[in-house]
Amino acid sequence: MAKRWLNRHALRGLVSIVAFVVLWELVVVLKLPYLKFLPLPGQVAASLGQSIASSAYWQDWELSLGRILVGFLAAQALGITLGLAMGISRTARRFVFPIFEVLRPIPPIAWIPLAIIFWPTTSLTIYFLVFTGSFFIVALNVLDGVKSVDQSLVRAAYSLGAKPRDVFWRIMLPATLPYVLTGATVGMGVTWNVLIAAEMVTSAGQSGLGGMTWAAYTNGVLPVIVVGMLSIGVAGYLSSALIRFLGERFMPWRRRI
Amino acid sequence: MSTVRRNFGEFQVTGLTHAYGGVPVLEDCSLEVPRGKLTVLVGPSGCGKTTLINILAGYEAPAGGRVLLDGQPVGGPGPDRLVVFQETALFPWMTVEQNVAFGCRVRGMPAGEMRERVQAVLVKVGLSDFQAKYPSQLSGGMQRRAELARAMVNDPKVLMLDEPFRGLDAMTRSIMQEFYVGLFEEVGRTNLFITHDLEEAVFLADRLLIMTYRPGRIKEVIEVDLPRPRTFQVMATQRYNDIRQHALELLFEEASKAFEAGSKAAFDLVDGLARAAGRQ
Ligand SMILES: Nc1ncnc2c1ncn2[C@@H]1O[C@H](COP(=O)(O)OP(=O)(O)O)[C@@H](O)[C@H]1O
Ligand SMILES: [Mg+2]
Repeated sequence: MAKRWLNRHALRGLVSIVAFVVLWELVVVLKLPYLKFLPLPGQVAASLGQSIASSAYWQDWELSLGRILVGFLAAQALGITLGLAMGISRTARRFVFPIFEVLRPIPPIAWIPLAIIFWPTTSLTIYFLVFTGSFFIVALNVLDGVKSVDQSLVRAAYSLGAKPRDVFWRIMLPATLPYVLTGATVGMGVTWNVLIAAEMVTSAGQSGLGGMTWAAYTNGVLPVIVVGMLSIGVAGYLSSALIRFLGERFMPWRRRI
Repeated sequence: MSTVRRNFGEFQVTGLTHAYGGVPVLEDCSLEVPRGKLTVLVGPSGCGKTTLINILAGYEAPAGGRVLLDGQPVGGPGPDRLVVFQETALFPWMTVEQNVAFGCRVRGMPAGEMRERVQAVLVKVGLSDFQAKYPSQLSGGMQRRAELARAMVNDPKVLMLDEPFRGLDAMTRSIMQEFYVGLFEEVGRTNLFITHDLEEAVFLADRLLIMTYRPGRIKEVIEVDLPRPRTFQVMATQRYNDIRQHALELLFEEASKAFEAGSKAAFDLVDGLARAAGRQ
């Protein structure tokens, strides 16, 4: 089974990637208008090789991943707590929701100038922006989750002798978990967008994958720009894969059998 | 065979009245659910069967009337009166074993005793080999059995079942009926079983309550004196057919009323009953 899957699908994937690289090469070699400044695939590969061998490149990775981790985890922790509070207590919802309505439509990137002014260090600024990028999404998803808990399950639990505390921990929370996962998945996508934009704007020397890409642009090193882009793509993909993995790990009942 | 009779309760319901948005659903509805018997309540769709069960279970407070369990008025929901619903209400994130253990766990039963009881019940409903599965991995019939187990393990005074086999395919449904009646005959207990399927009702019942449509009250009580243990052979007997015919006539009037009131579900019932009557 696994082998056939590999043969069929992997082969098609490989063909499409090879075709893409060939097309890319042709575009540059034939000097097509607008596209002739693209670096050649070979140049990008060479530049990637150099990057991988340099410690500065990996420091950029570390910096970006660290920022995502801190901002994202903070958004999860606060977002889930606030989402649950709003879902359970009408009072909490009435207090918090209006503020949400005002702040939520503001694109996270629009926070950049204010964040730079408020926060004393670049790191704090970026943590805050990453946090803002997913906090509202997480909180609103969790609120949605609490509101759509199947009431017949809650009823069954009370019938069987559960107390409100049991209903919260054993019914509400697991029922909300799929929504937490949705919030995390969507939030993670937004988070990378915000991180890269923030790193590009606040870039001062060493500043993560976004900063590295922007620096390559200002220095006019085209292959490194593409290396930066590819790295950001891989980082985003890995983050999403990690979330998917955690989702399956913590929700075994949703695994397809 | 029945051993533990200590915990069986009985309901006395008098003058129950309930309305939704001005439409009277139950009016002066009185009935008894006697100790250790299988009482079946049958009536056309929309006549208020679920409403009645919700009141007995304590999910809703009646607008008027009184519900006594062993002489005590009932309050909110509790593990002494458990309901098995038509739609599965198993907790999707718990395995079968965890679902069945839920009641014991939240009431703080010691782990050893809990494990023993849960295992015994799982054996009884034939789900021992499936206890590590999640509800979504079970067939419809197994889900029903898991739900029966989750209620039974708490040893409720009254077990209520609201059209529990509706939505199962015909084959599984017959198997579940025979399984359930066997379980009842083994354990005893006070059961209140609700259905709109007359054949099912007569096959299972010790006592058959026929319910009227709008307002809902008990039209007649039929003692079903068919021998136990029951198997499907009983459906071939004259006595079964006499009881069924009598109940059919009573029910037909009510189903027609429901039909005239525009209940689509009742149309199916009238249709089915008419065909069944034609066959006689
Ligand atoms: N929560 C509710 N709000 C308004 N009307 C309801 C509600 N529950 C039931 N009803 C109405 O009350 C009547 C009886 O419903 P129900 O007890 O579910 O009937 P049954 O279980 O016998 O099919 C129906 O006409 C139904 O539409
Ligand atoms: Mg009903």
